[in-house]
Formats: sequence, C-alpha cells, structure tokens
Amino acid sequence: MSTETMSIFSPALAARFDALVLKYPVKRSALIPMLLYAQDEVGYVSDAVMAEIAERLSITALDVKNVASYYSMLRFKPAGKYNVQVCTNISCMLRGAYDLFDHLQEKLGIGHKGVTADGLFSLEEVECIGVCCWAPAIQVNYDFHDDLTNDKVDAVLATYRAKVKEGVS
Amino acid sequence: MPRLVSHPDEVKIVTSRFGKGAADIDRFLELGGYESTRKALAQGPEWIINEMKASGLRGRGGAGFPTGLKWSFVPKVSAKPKYVLVNGDESEPGTCKDHLIFLHDPHAVIEGTIIAGLAIGAKTGFIYLRGEYRYLIQIVEKAVADAYAKGFLGKNIFGSDTEFEIIVQTGAGAYEVGEESALMESLEGKRGIPRIKPPFPAVVGLYGGPTVINNAETIASVPHILAMGGPAYAAVGSERNGGTRLFGISGHVNNPGIYELPMGYNLKKMIYEVAGGIRGGRTLKAVVPGGSSTPVLLPHEIETLGMDFDQVGKAGSMLGSGGVVVLDDTVCMVEFALRTISFYQHESCGWCIPCREGTDWLKKSLTRFHAGFGTMKDIDNIQYLAENMMGRTFCPLGDAAAMPTLGFVKKFRKEFEDHLDGKPCPFAKHNAPELTVV
Ligand SMILES: Cc1cc2nc3c(=O)[nH]c(=O)nc-3n(C[C@H](O)[C@H](O)[C@H](O)COP(=O)(O)O)c2cc1C
Ligand code: SF4
Ligand code: FES
Repeated sequence: MSTETMSIFSPALAARFDALVLKYPVKRSALIPMLLYAQDEVGYVSDAVMAEIAERLSITALDVKNVASYYSMLRFKPAGKYNVQVCTNISCMLRGAYDLFDHLQEKLGIGHKGVTADGLFSLEEVECIGVCCWAPAIQVNYDFHDDLTNDKVDAVLATYRAKVKEGVS
Repeated sequence: MPRLVSHPDEVKIVTSRFGKGAADIDRFLELGGYESTRKALAQGPEWIINEMKASGLRGRGGAGFPTGLKWSFVPKVSAKPKYVLVNGDESEPGTCKDHLIFLHDPHAVIEGTIIAGLAIGAKTGFIYLRGEYRYLIQIVEKAVADAYAKGFLGKNIFGSDTEFEIIVQTGAGAYEVGEESALMESLEGKRGIPRIKPPFPAVVGLYGGPTVINNAETIASVPHILAMGGPAYAAVGSERNGGTRLFGISGHVNNPGIYELPMGYNLKKMIYEVAGGIRGGRTLKAVVPGGSSTPVLLPHEIETLGMDFDQVGKAGSMLGSGGVVVLDDTVCMVEFALRTISFYQHESCGWCIPCREGTDWLKKSLTRFHAGFGTMKDIDNIQYLAENMMGRTFCPLGDAAAMPTLGFVKKFRKEFEDHLDGKPCPFAKHNAPELTVV
C-alpha cells in the first residue's frame, strides 16, 4: 500500500506496523498499540498519525479519533521530552504523593499537564500506576521510580537532565 | 525496581520462582517449568478441568468466581474460534501483584494460558497488559518469543498435533478496560465500553467466539495446581477458598510489599506481623481490604477476620484484588473518600447515568464538604446518591464507586460531621482542594 512509501513514521516503525496488522484475527485489533507506538515516536497523536493509522486499518480517521480519545495515555498535543507522571491515588497519597506533587510543581515551575519552557519536562497527576506497594511512585515516560522522597525525586530529575547533556536521548 | 519482601508465614507457590531469574526460559526449565503443560497435554481437557475444580481456585481478579467451573461453561463444540484472554490490566488502586508475576515469572502466565487453552479447546490466547507496564510487556513478549523458539507455542506444541498461539497486547490507560467485556472491546480496537450480559463471554466473547477470561494471578496459579495436584492446592487454603493469594499490603505499614499467604490468613496478623505493624508506632484507623472499591473495615472488625472471599464478604466488604490498604490515625476520611471517588469519577465510561452522574455528584459533594462548606443534609445526600447507584448500572464500576463511599459515610459519620459548618478539615496538612469543580 501507498503508506509504505508515504509513511510519516520511521521505516522501522512502518515495518512494525505492517507486521502488527497481520498479527490478529481482525486487523483493527492493532489500533490501540499502533496509537501508542506512534505517540512514542511522534510525541503525540497528531491528525497525521490518525490519518495514516486509519488508512492502514481501512477505517475512518474519525473512528480512530473516537477510540483514541477514550484512553488516558494518549494525548493530542506534545508533552515534554520527559513526561513526569505522579500517582496521587490512595496508596501513594498515604505515603506523601501530594507533597511530592507540590514539590515537583515548584521545582519544575509548571502545574498539572504543564510543559517546561525548554520542553524538557512535562508534569501530570495520574491515577494508580500499579506500584502501590512501593509508594509514593512516579513514572517518567515508561520508567518507574518508586519509594520516593523530595530529595530522591530531585536526584531522579537530575539524571534526566544529565542524559540530555550527554546526548544519551 | 519493585523490592521483594519475605515473611516466614508465607507459602510460596505462585511466588516460588520470584527472584530466581525465571524470566529466562532455560532457567525456568531448570526450575521445573513447562512440566505441567506436558502433563496437561498428555492427560486431556477433562482431567485439567477436574484438577482445577478440585483445587478450589477462585478468580484473583476480584469477584472470586471458581475457575474450574468457569472453564467448564465453555461449549465443547463451537462454530467460531474459542479464545483464552489473560487480564493483566491491573488498575484497581492498591493492586500491584500481577506486576511482580510478569516481572519474575512470565512463563508461568504462558503455561497457564496454554493449559487453559487445552482445557477449553482454544487455539489462541491473548495476554493483555496495561499500557503503563511497557517494560513488563517487553519481558512477556520476549518470553513468548522464546517459547515459540523452543516449540512450546506454534503449530505443533511440544511435538504434538496441537496448535496454540499467544498474542501479547498493550492497553493505553483505562481502568474500565479491566472489566471483562470492556477488555474484549479494547482488544477489538474499540473504546472500552462494556457489553450487556448475557450472553456471557464463555458463550459469546472475543470476536464473537467463546472466551475464557482470567486474571493473570489466576492463570499463573494453574501450572502450580497441576504440578501439586488440585486437592493438595485446596488444602493450603481455607474452606471453599483453595490455595494462596498474593496480598499487596500498602499504606501506613512498616514493610509494605507483596506477600503470598494462605487463603483465610488473619488480617490483623497480616498487618501487625507480616507487614511489620503501623509505621511510626501509630494507631490503626481503618483498612481497605481488597483494592479501593472494597468497603473500609474498622480495627475491631479485623481481629478475627480470615482473608478469604467468604469471610470478608460476611464482614460486609470484599476480598477483591487482594490489595490491602492500611490507614493510620493521621488520615482524614473525608479526604480519603474524596480521593477514592475522584478515581471512579475519572474512570467512569459514561454509558449509564447513575454511574456517570452519580460519581460526579459524589465527587462534587465531597469536594465541597472537605473544603468546609458541607451541611448535615449533604451527609444524607451522599448516602442517598450512593445507595441509588447500587445495582443500577451496566457494569460493576457503579457499585465499585458506591460501595466504598457508603462504607466511609456510615462508619465515619462523626468525622464527616466534624467538617460541618465551615470548620476546616481537622487533619488538614494541605489546603483544601479548590472549589473550581463545584
Ligand atoms: C471496573 C472493573 C475493573 C476491573 N479490573 C480488573 C483488572 O484490572 N484486572 C483483573 O484481573 N480483573 C479486573 N476486573 C474483573 C474482570 O472483569 C474479570 O472478572 C476478571 O478478569 C476475571 O478473572 P478471574 O475469574 O480470574 O478473577 C475488573 C472488573 C471491573 C468491573
Ligand atoms: S457502570 Fe459506569 S463504567 Fe460501567 S458501563 Fe455504566 S457508566 Fe460505564
Ligand atoms: S496508588 Fe499509586 S501506584 Fe497504586
């Protein structure tokens, strides 16, 4: 199909999608993974992302948007390079998640769903991320950091800043 | 990285391979892995289902439905393909046990999926993990690829003429997708709106075919049950509650973590001995026994309480997902109730009015209450709202929101009254939530 040559995705991701649509008994089952993997590469679910995925799955772009809007990990505008997601649900709340969230807001100078001016960090308050026994916890992109204190979270931010400096992505 | 904890009272069955490198297939084989699958393949479906029934295993996803019985409901002959669906959506606040299974023993989930498939005559299994578990998805995908490479999955598994395929799927953030029919919708590439039942998944499930859906811990228990024998597994637990359970103890305890304990283990002992007691030597105020949707218990209610589905049910709550959340005397119950309902308000799929509007009104009332603008009438109103949500929704999320709310209001009414008439929250460490949503 024409998307192979015209794809907005990298050749590696396009090839991955070619395989993904053949993996399931029904092609459309690839939709949610495709949206997530596309977001990982593009940074968010853009109109162009939705249009190409729709074409690959032979469904309408509106259909894609309707599904995408249901899932909380999918976003329609760019986040920071490192998206800091703070769980404030019960187990984390009991062990100081709101203090941590306040501290991060202050430290980064942004609020819920904000992005720092340099585009390095964004901040989000999220629901339970499945690490309740090691609370309080955050997830930065897909990496978990648990059993946190304000000091520990400062160190976590510093490691991401250092990564950028070293150009390790 | 999640820490492993340990206590002498633990009976390590599902966790027996944790911390031993069993995500590596060769190591897993050294530890006796895939023996149960070979056995199941040789003995056939009837034997598997009989062992499962004898084991007394009840679903670890929350409802506690007997697994052997569930499998026996799948029609033997079906025009449409049958499926096994492993629920690794794990989103109930307070629950993180499946996390450790995927991390330390992914092949146990694969084995359990194949065995379930053999039992019901399915050729395909799906393992669905929540999207946040990306690193675990990679571990499970590698394990599946390794199992294919060894010939344990594919057209002729273990050199037999039986075919079995496994597909690993990711979610993208949605609690409601943990509900079984919503999970099927999501796997079909749709919004996670549940389906009307009946028909039940065992008859009409994924892609319209008969489907067995089980929680990841349920499935990971299966190979162990076949290895030790159903009756031996049953003997570990309490009456009508076979085996062990992965209890996730979180909140104000000294040693939070996942502990594998026999069904029926005393809750007080679990908190004070296994999890090392209340942090800072403080006093226990309340326990949420099985994830955030289960009604709160008071200290005197846990004295002799055995943690199994029947005993916790009799005590007016539920064993749920096994996520035990422990609260000390610094907790404001109004704030805790507000945080709990905020979650359900956020996660309601919006299909039915009692759930969509009920969770929203409860959140608004509790927000205002916590900020000191509550009136006596609000307390009754909260109760009235919650009572009217119960049993009036398409899926159990409505109840999951209403039940804990009712528990908080009924058991801590005095504390709600202490917030009345402009009184600031007696526990306030933070400013009251802003009133923008009211
Ligand atoms: C709103 C809602 C969320 C649920 N979330 C999960 C979940 O995250 N994981 C899970 O295993 N079961 C969850 N369940 C229960 C499933 O619907 C289903 O009963 C379970 O996966 C069956 O497996 P079991 O018999 O092994 O427990 C949820 C149910 C509801 C109503
Ligand atoms: S109870 Fe709530 S989550 Fe369940 S179908 Fe109704 S609106 Fe959706
Ligand atoms: S409550 Fe924070 S990870 Fe579960």
